[in-house]
Order: sequence, then C-alpha cells, then structure tokens
Amino acid sequence: MLPLQQAQGPLAGQGKVGTLRDPVAAGRPRAPTEIADYDERIKAIEQRLACSCGCTLDIFTCRTTDFTCTYSPKLHREVVELDRAGKTAQEILDAFVTRYGEKALMAPKPEGFNLWGYLLPGSAILLAGGALAAFISRRRVAVAATTGTGTASVRSAMTPPAPDAPPPVNATPEEMERLRRALAEVED
Amino acid sequence: MTLLGEFCLWLALLVSAWALVLGFSGRWQDRPDLTASVRGAVFATFGALAVAALSLWKGLASHDFNIEYVAAYTSRNLPDGYIISALWAGQKGSLLFWAVVLSLFGALAQLLTPRRYDALMPYVAAVTSAVIAFFVCTMLFAANPFERLAFTPADGRGLNPQLQNPGMMIHPPMLYLGYISITIPFAFAIAALLSRSLDGGWIHAIRKWTLVSWLFLSIGITLGMWWAYVELGWGGYWAWDPVENASLLPWLTMTAFLHSVMIQEKRGMLKRWNLGLIVGTFLLSIFGTFITRSGVIASVHSFTQSNVGYFFLAFLVVCGILSFTLLYTRWPTLQAEVELESVVSREAAFLFNNLLLVGVAFSVLWGTLFPILSELVRGAKITVGPPFFNRVNVPLGLLLLALTGVGPLVAWRKASPGNLKRQFAAPVTAGVLTAIALLAAGVRGLYPVMALSLAGFVAGTICQEFYRGVRARRRMHGESVPVAFGRLVARNRRRYGGYLVHAGVLIYFVAFSGMAFKREIEATLKPGDSATLKSPFGHTYTFTHVGVSQFEALNRIVSAATVQVAKDGKPRGLMTSEKRQHVDSFRRPTFEPSTEVGIRSNLQEDVYITYAGSIGGTEEAVYRFTINPLVWWVWFGGFVLAFGGLVTMWPGGGAVIPTPRRAPARPRLAEAGALTE
Repeated sequence: MLPLQQAQGPLAGQGKVGTLRDPVAAGRPRAPTEIADYDERIKAIEQRLACSCGCTLDIFTCRTTDFTCTYSPKLHREVVELDRAGKTAQEILDAFVTRYGEKALMAPKPEGFNLWGYLLPGSAILLAGGALAAFISRRRVAVAATTGTGTASVRSAMTPPAPDAPPPVNATPEEMERLRRALAEVED
Repeated sequence: MTLLGEFCLWLALLVSAWALVLGFSGRWQDRPDLTASVRGAVFATFGALAVAALSLWKGLASHDFNIEYVAAYTSRNLPDGYIISALWAGQKGSLLFWAVVLSLFGALAQLLTPRRYDALMPYVAAVTSAVIAFFVCTMLFAANPFERLAFTPADGRGLNPQLQNPGMMIHPPMLYLGYISITIPFAFAIAALLSRSLDGGWIHAIRKWTLVSWLFLSIGITLGMWWAYVELGWGGYWAWDPVENASLLPWLTMTAFLHSVMIQEKRGMLKRWNLGLIVGTFLLSIFGTFITRSGVIASVHSFTQSNVGYFFLAFLVVCGILSFTLLYTRWPTLQAEVELESVVSREAAFLFNNLLLVGVAFSVLWGTLFPILSELVRGAKITVGPPFFNRVNVPLGLLLLALTGVGPLVAWRKASPGNLKRQFAAPVTAGVLTAIALLAAGVRGLYPVMALSLAGFVAGTICQEFYRGVRARRRMHGESVPVAFGRLVARNRRRYGGYLVHAGVLIYFVAFSGMAFKREIEATLKPGDSATLKSPFGHTYTFTHVGVSQFEALNRIVSAATVQVAKDGKPRGLMTSEKRQHVDSFRRPTFEPSTEVGIRSNLQEDVYITYAGSIGGTEEAVYRFTINPLVWWVWFGGFVLAFGGLVTMWPGGGAVIPTPRRAPARPRLAEAGALTE
C-alpha cells in the first residue's frame, strides 16, 4: 500500500524555475509526479485495465502517452485510491469490473464463453495438425499396402521412367559424381 | 478541377464496367475483338483515374478550401510534403489513391504478363475492373473526394499532427500498395478457375505479383511500427490494435502461400489450398479495409466513421461467396498429382508451417472479432487487448519460429534418420548453447529465453545452409569465399533470398523479446535536477533537466524540453522532447498539443524521452524516461527481410525445378542451383 500525502515525488528538485511564455502551447498542466505514478505494482494493475476514452489503450499506456486524455488520469486516481484502501490487485480489477463492466479489463476473464476466445485458435491448430499427421501416415500405409513395398518412393524408384520423365543428362561420369557429392552436401 | 475530377470518376466507372462485362463475355464467346477492347479499357480506366487523382492534388496544392476534403486535411501553412501525402490522409482521398494504384497495377499486369498467358488476361482485366468499379462506386455514392462546401473557409483544418511525420508519407502508400497488389494474384486465380487453366501456369504468372505484394506489405508493416514508435510516444511499436491486426492478416496468409506454392511447383500438390489462400488473402485485404473504414471496431488508426464500411462489408460477402463457389465447382479438377510420402519431409514441414501461419491468422482474426461475437452472444461488451493476443499468439509465434529453422533442414519427399541427424546437429547445438549462455547471463523469463534460443537454432540453420553452399562451390569451382557466397545467392536467388527473409524474421523475434526487459521511470524535474535509470544491459543513465524553451516553427508553436544525458557518468549530449501546438495561418490552434519524443538509438538499447507537460506553466517538467532494449534490431530485421524479398524476386537466378513426380529421381545439373555455372 502506498503512503498517503505523496504530493511531491522524491525526484522533484529545488532548482530555479522559469515561467513559460505560452503555457497553453505546452499541453495540459501536469501535477507533480507521485510515487504511485510509476510504482510497478500500480502499473501492472493499470496495464490490465482499459481506458474508457475509446483509445483502446490500457490506463497506464494512455495516461503516459496521450497527455490530452482526461479519462486515464481519473482512472489512475481510482486505482491509487483503491490501493491505498488496502485492496489487492484482484480486488481492484473486480471493483473496476463492477463499476464499469467487463469491458474495463484489457483481456476478458478466461471463463465461460470467453474460454472460446482463448482456447479455440490453439485447439483448432492442434486438431488440424493432428489430423494432418494422421492423414499423411494413413496414406503412406495405404500406398505401401497397395504396392507391396516399403514406401511410395521405393515404388517410384522401381518403376521404369515414365514417357514424360526428364531426358538423360549430358554429363560425364566424373561430373555426375561431383554433382552427387555436392548435392549430398547442399540438398541434404 | 473538381468538375474534371468528378467527370473522370464517372468515366472510370463506365469504362471499368465496360471492361468488366466485355472481359467475361469476350472470353466466353472467344471474340478477340472484344478482348482487345477490354485491354484498351483497362488503360483508359487508369488514364481517367490518374487525371482524377491529379485534379485532387491540384486542389490540395492550390488550397482550394471550397473542396471539403482539402479544407478537412490541409491548411495554408502545411509543409509541401504533407500536401502531397494529404491525398491518402483521409477516407475519401485514400479511396481515390487505392483506385488509381489498382488501375495502374491492372494496366501493368496487361503489359508485363508474358503472351503465353493471353487466355487468362481478359478475365484478369474483368476482375480488376470489377474491383476498380467497386471503389469508384463507393467514392461516387458515399465518399466523394470532390465534394464542395456551401462556403469557402479562409483556411483549412490542417493535417492531424500525428500524420505530420515523414513516416506517414511512406507507410500508408506502402501498406496500400501491398493491399492493392493482392488484387492481381486474386484476379489470376479467378481467371484460372474460370478458364479451367489449372495446370499451374497461373502460379508462374503471379509469382512476381505475390512477392511484390508481400514485399510492400512487409515494408508497410515495419514502417507502421516505426511510425508508431517515433510518433505515438508510448515507447512500443505493436499494440495489437485492430487496424494493425488487419494489416498482419493478409501478410500471414500471403507468407503461407509463398511457402505452399513451392510445393505445387515442385510436386504438383496443394492446388486447392493455394487457390484458397490467394482468395482468402484478397478477402482479408478487403476485410482490413472494412475494419479501418467502418468504425465497427474501435481503433486508434480508424478513419472517421461513415457508411463506407457497409459498402465494403457487402463487397466482402459477395466476393467471398462468388470466389468460393467458383472454387467449389472446380474442386474435382484440382487433384494433387502426387501424394505426400512422409510426415518427415520438407513438404510436410511446409504443410505444418502453412497450418501455423493460417492458424496465427485465424487467431488474430478471432481475437479482433471476439468483442463483436461476445456482444452478439452474451450481450456483454468486452475489450480484447494486448494481454489476450500475447497469451494466445506468443506460443504460436515461437512454434512458427521453430519451424522456420526446421523446414530447410528436412529433405524433400522423405528424410532418413541419418539425414536428420546430420542436418540438425549443428543448429540444435547452436540453440542449446544460446539457451545455456542466456541462463548463465542471468536472463530469466520463459518466453524471452525460448525466443532467443530458438533464434539461435534458426541462425544455426541459416548459417549451415550458407556454409554448405559456399563450401560446395569452393570445392567445385575453387572460388574464394566472397565470390562463392555471391554466386551462391545470385544463382539461386529464390532459395537463398528466402533464407535472408528467415534471417530477417529471426532478427525480429530477437528484437521483440528485448521489449520484455524494458525499463521506465516518470520524474518531475526542475532545471538542474536529475533522474537516474538503470538499463537491462547494466548501464546507468542520468537525465538532468536543462529547461523548456518555446519558439515558433513552420505551422506550430514548439515547447522543447531538454535534458542532458550521461551514460555511466560520461556526458552523452542533449536530448529534446517537444510539445507541438499546431496552428493555422491565422495562428489559431488547430488540434490539441501533440508530443514529439526524443530518441537516441544504439545497437543495445534506445533511450526514449517523453515530455509529458509542465507544472503550473513553469519550466518544471514531467518526463517519462524509457530504456527500450534491442529496438534498433527491429528496423534492421525489417531491412533484412525486405532485402531478402528483393533478392528472391530479382529477375533471373533460375526458377524452381519440379522434382520428378512419376519417374525415379534422377539428378539433373540444374537442380544443384548452388553449383550451376
């Protein structure tokens, strides 16, 4: 839990400060940084909560990126207040869901219908991969059984050249031997 | 000029409709006079749309603010470069840009395609004309870029500050070129289906187009990441935003196609799959456009919401139904010429690679659409953000990275245990050694360690392939290493260019894993105050606030916050982050102040400084300091990937040689691409 009365962060200095000629042009006025603004625990919670300004970013990213957003600083203060009230991370997340609905979470809870979201892609790939492997293996067995040989490649190796097979190579036996050696290295 | 522009749009609509009707009927009736007319119509469509685009550019350049589009996206003081890029900055202009580029590609396809594919060309012209006609219709009936206002404002609204970045002059056109050029392979696929010319000729005809499309998409996506990194200021480059996802989807299926097409070329397999992938890729590109323009899914990238989205949805549904119905009717004629012989073969590795690529695409699509589905089924609105996508996709991505290393190591047709042992020994050793080194160096975290170890394995595979190729050439021809390397790549560009692409992908993964070790701190500093931050590589950075200065530049008032940077106690110069208040020519503010980050990059890490604002209108400034490890490698990975793509598609270098499908395998000199003189 963070200490109360963190009006000024520990990094704020005491140097001489000038005044800007056109403060409006420098964006919205900022409050001094507090410990909670860059506390890793608060940041981790905020990264799991969506900003409600419609930016599609999480609270932490929005408040540290879009300095024109008025929602994310307010939501940040809510997180900090809940933290100071002694709530755990999960309790803070739950409080946000109660207050703003399920869309407050950056990712839906992996339960109920949402499980489809998490599990379907991986399951589909596993299922398709398994089916593919089984299909290939079955075809190989079927081909071997039909031909009475070990594999289709053996069968094809025993078959005489088809009429549309590539023409014989115009190369000397030495060249062929060099080629075979090189192919063994390159095409393995 | 608007009159001329609008007239040209109507002309383009009529001429493309002409090409659409005559393309189909001329080919069906086998009437050369009609098909010749179609060819002419394709060029005329390009001419009409080019004049329309020039008309809009003229309006933009001459600040004709009576044109609604010009007033919405430019101002008198907008720098010239952004006047040009304003053509694609908004919904209406980008539709015109899309149509004119597609018509150019359609014309180039007619000009550059070898004559042996003449039978396909009327259908190709008809399909491209149909897509062009759709875009022109959308413009004319829902988003007319030449629409005039009832009054003429003294100045325009100006371009969104985030779009006033050099990246925006290149990133959107690159993505568009990728999206748009997908139409040409799609048109060839439909032409092959319609004409029943399914012997594989169409595959050769579209090879260059698919590579061009893939290359543009790759460059566009990388530039998009760069733009997001330097402009949006959150210190990252990928946020799984729906629009980002929409650009990734066709890239994934296109990548799958570029792999599986090799199996069709070499073994005569996967014909149905390849046609399905091309059709799917085209539909995903339209889907991406629908996402960007409909507003149906919230995104930071979206154009303003309009009814244009419904046009795209209808087009998507019609294209999907017609394409897959056509594919279904030709299904029996698309039988594979040979069957897969073994699970342990390169064909099978490619198949699994395809499965994963399409699986990742499905996963991204599923996540993107899941909020809509959830609302439909449960009535509950949910957010699906980076935590969801990372959880679902990171394991799949790692598996894909592993397959990138496995594929080239497995022999075609069937790999023997001896072959596997010989091929895998060095790469697996490289992967294991990388893992040991990382753990010994204190690197923790399952995914980063896995990603980096797999990258070591893939690097081992690539190095082994190049090493063996170079060694073989040296033995055969007695060449020096550089000459052997150069000729190895030059004589088999497709294979070794592909390995360069793989190298780019592995560099991406290494760079992505670096973000797991990102460090950041927020600090409020008065002039002279310092903040320190330790980087994951062990360096200590000290940032001392110098002050905030304000000045006017071009079309904005700049508030520049400057810090003195020291690395491990040694001064490294000044860095500046800015707030920019853009103004029109009357010095009226046009948008909320935007933030320009300060970035200093090296091979290890980026120092990334964001000026968040000032306290009470003084020089006391709030900063966010971030150390982003390995980001430079993302851009380098993109460069290697694009370079590899260019090598692969460069003319010459030998085509893929089909392996014998019915005869025993006979060695042919040309097969040894690395060895031919």
